[in-house]
Amino acid sequence: MAKEFDIPKLPTYLEIPEINEGAMEGKGPFKSSKEFQTPLGFPGEKVDNWQEVAINKMGELKSKYRSVQVFLDACVKCGACTDKCHYFLGSSDPKNMPVARQDLFRSVYRRHFTFAGKYFPKLVGAKELDDEMLDDWYNYFHQCSQCRRCSVFCPYGIDTAEISMAAREVLDAVGVGQKYCNQILGKAITIGNNLGLPEPALRDTLLDLEEEIEEETGVAVKYPLDVKGAEILLITPSADFFAEPHIDGLIGYGKVFHQDGVSWTMSSYAAEGANFGMFIGSYDIMRKAALRIRKAALDLEVSRVMVGECGHAWRVAYSFWNTLTGVGAGASATDEFAQKLQNQLDSRYPQPQHIIEYTHDLIQRGKLDFDKSANDDRTVTFHDSCNVARATNMGGIPNGQFILPREVIKAVCNNFVDMERGTIMESTFCCGGGGGLLTDDLMEIRIKGAMPRMQALKEVEKSDAVDTLVAICAICKSQFSKVLPKFDFDPYMIVSAHQLVSEAIIMDKPQTDDSQAEVAKEAETEKVD
Amino acid sequence: MADILGAEVDEEGFLVDLKDWTKEIAVEMAKGDDIDLSEEHWDVINFLRDYFEEYQIAPAVRVLTKAIGKQFGKEKGNSKYLYSLFPYGPGKQGCRFAGLPKPTGCI
Repeated sequence: MAKEFDIPKLPTYLEIPEINEGAMEGKGPFKSSKEFQTPLGFPGEKVDNWQEVAINKMGELKSKYRSVQVFLDACVKCGACTDKCHYFLGSSDPKNMPVARQDLFRSVYRRHFTFAGKYFPKLVGAKELDDEMLDDWYNYFHQCSQCRRCSVFCPYGIDTAEISMAAREVLDAVGVGQKYCNQILGKAITIGNNLGLPEPALRDTLLDLEEEIEEETGVAVKYPLDVKGAEILLITPSADFFAEPHIDGLIGYGKVFHQDGVSWTMSSYAAEGANFGMFIGSYDIMRKAALRIRKAALDLEVSRVMVGECGHAWRVAYSFWNTLTGVGAGASATDEFAQKLQNQLDSRYPQPQHIIEYTHDLIQRGKLDFDKSANDDRTVTFHDSCNVARATNMGGIPNGQFILPREVIKAVCNNFVDMERGTIMESTFCCGGGGGLLTDDLMEIRIKGAMPRMQALKEVEKSDAVDTLVAICAICKSQFSKVLPKFDFDPYMIVSAHQLVSEAIIMDKPQTDDSQAEVAKEAETEKVD
Repeated sequence: MADILGAEVDEEGFLVDLKDWTKEIAVEMAKGDDIDLSEEHWDVINFLRDYFEEYQIAPAVRVLTKAIGKQFGKEKGNSKYLYSLFPYGPGKQGCRFAGLPKPTGCI
């Protein structure tokens, strides 16, 4: 079983911990086997000439992604990032300081790709890529959730996540992949979702949900699947079908669509918003997963593509879909399918659109009615998910990605409090489970990395009796369900934004025979008059 | 690789070949987690196996809680009850005892 470790105590103020060298030394998460490596095009095990392959791959990456080379060259070791990482703050291992973690990669880059490093390696901290270094890469680059908080504070704007992605790409190229991500990616690109949920199971799960909502509310809210000609294609993380509390968010989306009266559908071929291709740094695999969504949108002839509550899905959709697949703008003139999709999508709407943008817009236009008192038993705070906060926008207004979710929450709930300013919005602390770390074999770093977020939550629990934590990311929701009880919180306090919407929304009841009779009677009376 | 009663399991304790499953293996796995399998545990394990046979995947948590509630009484149809039986989660621990693959994803 997992090794024993101490759960960090929550301090009143976050302080820079005294460093504890080697605190998070180890073998890293479970390695991917041949079974999961081969379908992704990676070697099944560590290749014999792995050093050569790795250095060649680094060379390829630095030319392909100019940003990677700039980030590797630009760091001046100023130290601004050192205390910004939740994993360092929670684990006190100095290799979890963003600069030190990046330097595992940078020192090898220096040795092989810079003049000084080739001839005077010791002077410039250049190091050889040996077995020990590769093990360190595997271990510590899987203690980075690619949340990019450190990047916010870097005076040079170095994006540490890109270094982590590059390192993981090199690791995959030499046959040292991570089981969690690669097993999931295999399912995503063959079955169409991370869970490996086949169409009949998905259909049955959705029918079950329809039944449940109708029983509870008396309203026939539908969860359409593979409906050709629907207006909206919803792409949501498959956790929304499967896990708690996610599914209550899905219930919320359905109610909002129902009230708007719009036609919508999900796709069994592309039943996944999450795209772990980003986590492992592989553009090709990220594209494969994204192309399933393009195919679904073309086949179903939808005019809008919408994304559910998933953090990195929204980053991939907002930042990368246009070049990956041609949603929105930016398709190459020679890409017939991307061009076709762009012509098919309705340019009067943002493409893609986030479900929060959609609900927010309906609220603004007075299309939804709420009974806010339905959430009066809660005092709510909002956790900004890293990918939404630092890589995307909503609503096309500056800081919209912070404003819109809060506006939606405040529209459905009377008691809202923000956590300390330095721990939210662009400075938000990661939940501790992002970037491909949401696996049981990384539980120690997940719990330690959650400490800074838990500390800020504890403060608003004390000051404002906050008892509900809202997130709009499937990973955050799952991670919090697991780590909250370790810090003496109720694991059920984490909910979807659309769960609050679901609880407060006033649904139009279908007209009963009585009310129809009344209408008819009134009409008759009018005639007589 | 490790094994339980001769059946190969992966690093997370899940059966490598689902066909190897026997009731004795489930009992043995549970023992390793300090759990004595009661009738209530078996109700859930049997449901998981039946569902898997039909759909080739474990049921969603909501589907499981509803089904258990319907079959065995409303007071049992909630995730708190299921967690009391399977403290590591009905999805993960329950599936392992039932010989199903581990559910994967953002869950």
